[in-house]
Amino acid sequence: MTTSDAGETVIRVRGLVNRFAGQVVHDGLDMEVRAREVFGIVGGSGTGKSVLLRTILGLHPPTAGHVELYGRQVGAMSRAERAGIVQRFGVTFQNGALIGSLTVAENVELPLREYRRLARPALDEQARLCLAMAGLPPDAAGKYPAQLSGGMAKRAALARALALEPRLLFLDEPTAGLDPISAAAFDELLLYLHSQLDLTVVMITHDLDTLFRTCGRVGVILDGKMSSGTLDQVAASPHPWIQAYFHGPRARASRGERDG
Amino acid sequence: MPSSLTLEGGGDDWRLRIAGDWSARALAETRIRLDDLPRGLAGTLTCDWSAAESPGIGPAWALLERLDAVGGGRLRIRHVSAPRHVAFLEGLRDRERTLPPADGARPTGSLAVLGRWVIARGGDSREFAAFVGRIVAVLARAVRRPRSWRLPSITRHIQETGVTAIPIVCLIAFLISVIVAYLGSQQLRLFGAEIFVVDLITIAVLREMGVLLTAIIVAGRSGSAFAAEIGAMQLNEEIDALRAMGMDPVELLVVPRIIALVIALPLLTVVADATGLLGGGLLAHYQAHISWPQFADRLRAAIAPTTFWAGLIKAPVFAALIAVVGTYRGMRVRGSPRELGRQTTIAVVQSIFFVIFADALFAVLFVRLRF
Repeated sequence: MTTSDAGETVIRVRGLVNRFAGQVVHDGLDMEVRAREVFGIVGGSGTGKSVLLRTILGLHPPTAGHVELYGRQVGAMSRAERAGIVQRFGVTFQNGALIGSLTVAENVELPLREYRRLARPALDEQARLCLAMAGLPPDAAGKYPAQLSGGMAKRAALARALALEPRLLFLDEPTAGLDPISAAAFDELLLYLHSQLDLTVVMITHDLDTLFRTCGRVGVILDGKMSSGTLDQVAASPHPWIQAYFHGPRARASRGERDG
Repeated sequence: MPSSLTLEGGGDDWRLRIAGDWSARALAETRIRLDDLPRGLAGTLTCDWSAAESPGIGPAWALLERLDAVGGGRLRIRHVSAPRHVAFLEGLRDRERTLPPADGARPTGSLAVLGRWVIARGGDSREFAAFVGRIVAVLARAVRRPRSWRLPSITRHIQETGVTAIPIVCLIAFLISVIVAYLGSQQLRLFGAEIFVVDLITIAVLREMGVLLTAIIVAGRSGSAFAAEIGAMQLNEEIDALRAMGMDPVELLVVPRIIALVIALPLLTVVADATGLLGGGLLAHYQAHISWPQFADRLRAAIAPTTFWAGLIKAPVFAALIAVVGTYRGMRVRGSPRELGRQTTIAVVQSIFFVIFADALFAVLFVRLRF
């Protein structure tokens, strides 16, 4: 992998506006993610974190504003251009979104079949690679999503997201619903992959431990806008929500862990 | 530049030059190169990555796997100017070796398949019997304790399975009896016995067609709806939630549906009988030129006291079969949305089969009883 893209802006959002039936979710939101950082998006329930993610992915056309992925405007791409960009990012959704009628291995093979035109022995071999990268045991391959525990399903979703060797990973609440030990293991896995594979990671999370452990920079959505910076910069903001979020009892426990 | 692999050296000192496009996009092509590597290499192999262009993870993994296969454990591998992830992948491979391998495939011989089928059927039959037993238990309790009749639920299901089915049942009963009357009158005309078309449709509609068609329509409409509704609740853990609150899903969801259908299907059958006779009568009048008084005369003669009841008596039995099979299939849904679709399909197919099978038994029974 080349190292020429250090510090390059991967995602640029300018003046994003999203309105639903009179309710303004985003009101001139700006956001920038640079190559090879782990960027956390936080915000209260209903502040449009998932909508922001869906807008960046091109799944939701914004009311107004400008969204760029790798310097190309989302929504103004040709089919071929979009197919090229799609292969450069991997996504995990909140509930895993694994296809229920396919086994874990078949879920992972799905993008490989579609974009790499691989045949059987190669598919097996690549699926095993993705499962191993996501830290799943080999016997998970033949299981159906319904047979997986919450932590395994999150890892299986990550395995599928890694199948096309993305440079950019979007994670929507990757540790929600996991016990603290599994969540911590997921954080370590993410940091490990991030350092080994030069990934850029954008994640939505409510998990303060994950935030403090993994994220280099965070963006807080407040009143439809985003204020971003390093954790310490953002936490120093006087805004009451930020104060409550970063200096509440739970946050103190998580920070104590990090500083200690 | 297209990918290439050059193997140099001999004896126990080999050098593998990896060059060209080894990116993830070119995975399919690079795997073809890998197939050219000869088997049975031994000694030391030095992989030289210096000429590889943007080597990806997948191709590197494929190379490591292939080297393992051709070396058979007797090959020591070194990497020179390798991308960082090669070491990462080797670490993954080492860790994978310590984990238990995937379960072996299940035996696939025809005997094994037959065995699994028998075990599955046996388990299914036992569960079905248990399910029917629970329904009977709930009904027995309900007889003693009238409060446990869920009247609002029963009326809702009568509305959904009965009242809203009236248009489609009427349409089908009307059209089918017109078709039968038409074909029958064509044949009877050959014998100059056109008047007997009235007997034909009366007996056919009242004894068999009215109730059987209605049951099949209801099996398709409501049997599937029962399975899908309860199955979706099962997927959403709503059934478990009810159980956890100390409520019996059989009492709450299954029995009201069965009672509702046992009430609705006979009523629908009466409606189907009436429209069937109307359709046949219209055809007899306009096509076979049988006057209305003549028609009424023959109709009265054809309806033996038992004809009407011979059809109607079957309706509650069919209704119970459809409702029990539909709700049972819904309760059987486990795990995935695919299972929901599968069980719904089984619900419709099985309930139609049971209805027709029961109809055959009734036919034999009525002949024996001269009913």
